[in-house]
Amino acid sequence: MTDSKYFTTTKKGEIFELKAELNSDKKEKKKEAVKKVIASMTVGKDVSALFPDVVNCMQTDNLELKKLVYLYLMNYAKSQPDMAIMAVNTFVKDCEDPNPLIRALAVRTMGCIRVDKITEYLCEPLRKCLKDEDPYVRKTAAVCVAKLHDINAQLVEDQGFLDTLKDLISDSNPMVVANAVAALSEIAESHPNSNLLDLNPQTINKLLTALNECTEWGQIFILDCLANYTPRDDRESQSICERVTPRLSHANSAVVLSAVKVLMKFMEMLPKDLDYYGTLLKKLAPPLVTLLSAEPELQYVALRNINLIVQRRPEILKHEMKVFFVKYNDPIYVKLEKLDIMIRLASQANIAQVLAELKEYATEVDVDFVRKAVRAIGRCAIKVEQSAERCVSTLLDLIQTKVNYVVQEAIVVIKDIFRKYPNKYESVIATLCENLDSLDEPEARAAMIWIVGEYAERIDNADELLESFLEGFHDESTQVQLQLLTAIVKLFLKKPTETQELVQQVLSLATQDSDNPDLRDRGYIYWRLLSTDPVAAKEVVLAEKPLISEETDLIEPTLLEELICHIGTLASVYHKPPSAFVEGSRGVQHKRLPGSAGSGESVDSPDPGSAAGASEAPPAVIPSQGDLLGDLLNLDLTPPTTTGPPPAPSSGMQLGAMDLLGGGLDSLMGDESEPLGGDLGGGAAMGAGFGAAPAAMPASFSAPVSGGLDDLFDLGGGVGMPMGAYSPPKTIWLPAMKAKGLEISGTFARRAGVIQMEMTLTNKAMSVMTDFAIQFNRNSFGLAPAGPLQILTPLSPNQSIEASLPLSTVGPVMKMEPLTNLQVAVKNNIDVFYFSCQYPISMLFVEDGKMERQVFLATWKDIPNDNESQFQIKDCHLSSDATSNKLQGSNVFTIAKRTVEGQDMLYQSMKLTNGIWVLAELRVQTGNPNYTVSLKCRAPEVSQCVFQSYEAMLKN
Amino acid sequence: MIGGLFIYNHKGEVLISRVYRDDIGRNAVDAFRVNVIHARQQVRSPVTNIARTSFFHVKRSNIWLAAVTKQNVNATMVFEFLYKMCDVMAAYFGKISEENVKNNFVLIYELLDEILDFGYPQNSETGALKTFITQQGIKSQSKEEQAQITSQVTGQIGWRREGIKYRRNELFLDVLESVNLLMSPQGQVLSAHVSGRVVMKSYLSGMPECKFGMNDKIVIDKQNKGGSSEEGGKSGKQSIAIDDCTFHQCVRLSKFDSERSISFIPPDGDYELMRYRTTKDIILPFRVIPLVREVGRTKLEVKVVIKSNFKSSLLAQKIEVRIPTPLNTSGVQLICMKGKAKYKASENAIVWKIKRMAGMKESQISAEIELLPTNDKKWARPPISMNFEVPFAPSGLKVRYLKVFEPKLNYSDHDVIKWVRYIGRSGIYETRC
Repeated sequence: MTDSKYFTTTKKGEIFELKAELNSDKKEKKKEAVKKVIASMTVGKDVSALFPDVVNCMQTDNLELKKLVYLYLMNYAKSQPDMAIMAVNTFVKDCEDPNPLIRALAVRTMGCIRVDKITEYLCEPLRKCLKDEDPYVRKTAAVCVAKLHDINAQLVEDQGFLDTLKDLISDSNPMVVANAVAALSEIAESHPNSNLLDLNPQTINKLLTALNECTEWGQIFILDCLANYTPRDDRESQSICERVTPRLSHANSAVVLSAVKVLMKFMEMLPKDLDYYGTLLKKLAPPLVTLLSAEPELQYVALRNINLIVQRRPEILKHEMKVFFVKYNDPIYVKLEKLDIMIRLASQANIAQVLAELKEYATEVDVDFVRKAVRAIGRCAIKVEQSAERCVSTLLDLIQTKVNYVVQEAIVVIKDIFRKYPNKYESVIATLCENLDSLDEPEARAAMIWIVGEYAERIDNADELLESFLEGFHDESTQVQLQLLTAIVKLFLKKPTETQELVQQVLSLATQDSDNPDLRDRGYIYWRLLSTDPVAAKEVVLAEKPLISEETDLIEPTLLEELICHIGTLASVYHKPPSAFVEGSRGVQHKRLPGSAGSGESVDSPDPGSAAGASEAPPAVIPSQGDLLGDLLNLDLTPPTTTGPPPAPSSGMQLGAMDLLGGGLDSLMGDESEPLGGDLGGGAAMGAGFGAAPAAMPASFSAPVSGGLDDLFDLGGGVGMPMGAYSPPKTIWLPAMKAKGLEISGTFARRAGVIQMEMTLTNKAMSVMTDFAIQFNRNSFGLAPAGPLQILTPLSPNQSIEASLPLSTVGPVMKMEPLTNLQVAVKNNIDVFYFSCQYPISMLFVEDGKMERQVFLATWKDIPNDNESQFQIKDCHLSSDATSNKLQGSNVFTIAKRTVEGQDMLYQSMKLTNGIWVLAELRVQTGNPNYTVSLKCRAPEVSQCVFQSYEAMLKN
Repeated sequence: MIGGLFIYNHKGEVLISRVYRDDIGRNAVDAFRVNVIHARQQVRSPVTNIARTSFFHVKRSNIWLAAVTKQNVNATMVFEFLYKMCDVMAAYFGKISEENVKNNFVLIYELLDEILDFGYPQNSETGALKTFITQQGIKSQSKEEQAQITSQVTGQIGWRREGIKYRRNELFLDVLESVNLLMSPQGQVLSAHVSGRVVMKSYLSGMPECKFGMNDKIVIDKQNKGGSSEEGGKSGKQSIAIDDCTFHQCVRLSKFDSERSISFIPPDGDYELMRYRTTKDIILPFRVIPLVREVGRTKLEVKVVIKSNFKSSLLAQKIEVRIPTPLNTSGVQLICMKGKAKYKASENAIVWKIKRMAGMKESQISAEIELLPTNDKKWARPPISMNFEVPFAPSGLKVRYLKVFEPKLNYSDHDVIKWVRYIGRSGIYETRC
């Protein structure tokens, strides 16, 4: 049999010939012709013209021919929908065939034909097949539901197929169960909140039973599904783990890794002091090591995952360093990954071995690998202090080899070692200087120049060295130019007498002859600094640098947690969240690790409800504020009715910081002269602002945000509403200067149980503004716009418009500092603007915040005294009753009143939108304008805000 | 899930193209060819992302197999599936070559339709597949036969069909080990491990229940605790510590987890029962002692001694020592006491072959290597590698029993003819010099 001949026909008139053959009476000839058609289709020829002729061959009892025709149909039905209808009859008939293989084939193929008219006919046969007596047909039908859902989701729901699919989870045949689970999991992915899978202890039990019986692939589907479940408590978690661990001995690596995923996730819930926790940790290491003897492609996937696992739980593999040693014949992608893990596992105990290996690798052939090995030596030096000396001497040995890229790489890492251990290894500088001429890569040149500049006082001929670089200044890359500029300024500050000429030369090169704005800017700054205040210049340029951190390139913790939930999948290979590479709604859900139960690792959550065991959801892990700016800057400004903001790429944070800083500076210099012109008329403030920036970037970016907001509440005066809820007067949130003419002032109010954000938007620009939209960053209480920003008319110049935006409290939560800070992005046709504001916490007091007396007493006693805070409210001239009335308007309810020794004690309660109760005791003494308020709350961080609100409410 | 599967020849021409998902367009076929097969540099990763589409590939001789997806699929599963696909194809038509793929393209499409549904891998055991994907057209099967096929494909024991009969019930068990070593020039073991496989051929009637036992330290220690203490010391020595093992899907994993016993209903014919790894108390069959001396810039003297380290009654076979030489070698003079040695310029190595060597012996080779003067960087000195085959298991693993029970048919464990064989081979067995 030589079917390969079908691949070679290329003559003209082929289609015509095929047509004749397809219509031949002889069965054999027909089959041959269909084979030719399929072969042509495979190599990419368009054979759609033969559609009717091929479909005519469908009615046959020859199964092989039938399958070929079906294959053709799946490929071309979409381009010929009307003709595809011709096939329906045969399908429907085949679905009734006594042979289960044919029934399954028909339902399987029909699902692959993505033509609306056909899917209508598919429903009835599919319904029958889902209840077929033969498991082979049922397992095929289960997958068909997923296919149909992909074509027409509504139809699947209307026809009730989802329920039938759910029933199949309890099927007696394990393969049917597995396919049903796979189909449901996929459908659920596109309906994030549908609770379609409805995982509960009963279904989990069924899945675990099927796990022991189904094929290797089925086990993977089930394990991947299990990983989405959150056990109720540590006991359930343990019992699932116990039933999953045997899978670690499966020959299929995917079964093993999926089991590892389930275990890594559920382990989070186990108390660390539990014996079982330790046993489980020990059980995880051997299978992970075994994965390294699989085929290289699997090794690669395994290594990428181990990289994550090691970051999350370094203890699992800490004794397994040797298995990550690189083998001579490993493919390069395996070698590079192994190196990464070696560095992560390096510790004082094994550093000698690791270094010996790395030195060996540095003599290999592959340039990338050698470079990475050299870099790794440097990272070891920074990570394990005791080894630093040995690492440095190893690096020096490598420099002696004179292999160009090894030398360059070594110099780059030695620079970092200098940063980590100042004044320790400077003796090697002489050796480095010898290699100056061989450096041709920007990074290495820049590193070397940095070293020369930083240690100028110890290098006798530093000026000569730097001068030699200066000759080709304009041919250097920006990185080198910037470094050279700084290094020469450093040199000048250290040895001013000999180097005046040099510094002038470099400043003029940078400012006059360069087109690069960064370079020019830096040149001007130095110039001004040096000419106005050399002492300040010294402080800025020669400032002590912060030590560099030990572990570089660690994955950001929230991302790491998410990736742990995706072990084994593409996300874990790319080290990116699925949303970064998957289109559409699939995979956009963020997965989180469950919170730990009862262990010391409690989560920093403001929600005391979780401690009381009332909440079902696992406590949200609140990410640090660090990536928040990134988030805010990446907001897509669609109305919030759609999905939430996309996750920030990990680099977003830095970018955000830079941007903000830049913005701040723009406004700082805005009304000075054109800053980049030849003359420098700028004030001294500008220099100072710049000077501080490079030294402490992360600290300084918060200044423009919070600085303007600290005294945001103008608490005196304003129109109060005596009996209604307190609402602070409007303040300017976004000055026109910062927002290209758009000025926003606003306040918050609570009306009829709804939080309103009330804004006045003023157009102070010359052109009309349209297309307004608003979006919030994640915040402490999950405030989010409940609808789009309703500004229907365009805003003409000098016009103001009032807008009221109802807010909901079901948005994403992240703890902010201060707690009531809200970061907002507003878009119009001109640009996107960011500002932040604070809302009075009293907006969050809900209407049913009145506690029963008994409950109040019990709760008051129950909350530890550490959580009590006391504040003074000065200059308040209300009687206790008036106070109580006034506060009630803002949902602060007085539960009891007691008079003791001329003092009125008011006991009050309020409840926040997220269910936190705050209890208060207000002491009012007649004649004394100073009130004392004691606050008790399970989340003491809110107390300060509540107090501020008290003050605000009472004084209005 | 998997959105499509393509098979290419070495030139990048498509031999098989099967698309399962609507989001994979025809251009995906070309994207992979252009970006991976025709890429100028070496492949840097088996997973490639091109325009938000991910490609997984494996290569078998000249043939590329690529799976494509736009979703966040289980990557491990995709690779496992691609290997499985190769196994299935090999089981049907032998070597995976362009010629064979072209000759069997109809069969491959039929297989792809069966083992991958909407991108979800389905039962891919060849034993089951061969019952109904035959390329013979459909034979008029009886209703019972059809039901039997479907229940086997979907059933709990998908790897074995019922009603198998042999006149002679026979079992072949091979313990195949590959011993890996990385040794420093000073003779220090940097890393050593054995990765072993237990490969079986079973020709047994009915649905036999098998139980396999070996000198696993955990099992032996447990037995000794219960049994007499006198025996303990003796058998304790002979047991081995297994770091980790994995099993064919026929083995009941939960039973292994709880009792550490290996019980299963075997597939018919060839299969791999288990894989294991050991790192403790490995018998290293050979020791390589290198001595490299640079005489000036144009000469290198190399002396390598190999010592066999096992019972003198046993014979090692197919011994080959590969000594790398610098790229600028101009000539080599060789003297060896045993076997044949040759300098292979094309491979930059001296290859020394010895057909047989008994245990507790040693042999040596000396070489004088002439070098051309060169300005290249220093020679990297790749390690000296070795190949061999020995008739024992370097891990020390011993098969204690393999019991067969078939309650329904009238043959007992004693009637089954069993063959056991141990073969130890070199894996990556390297000594740095």
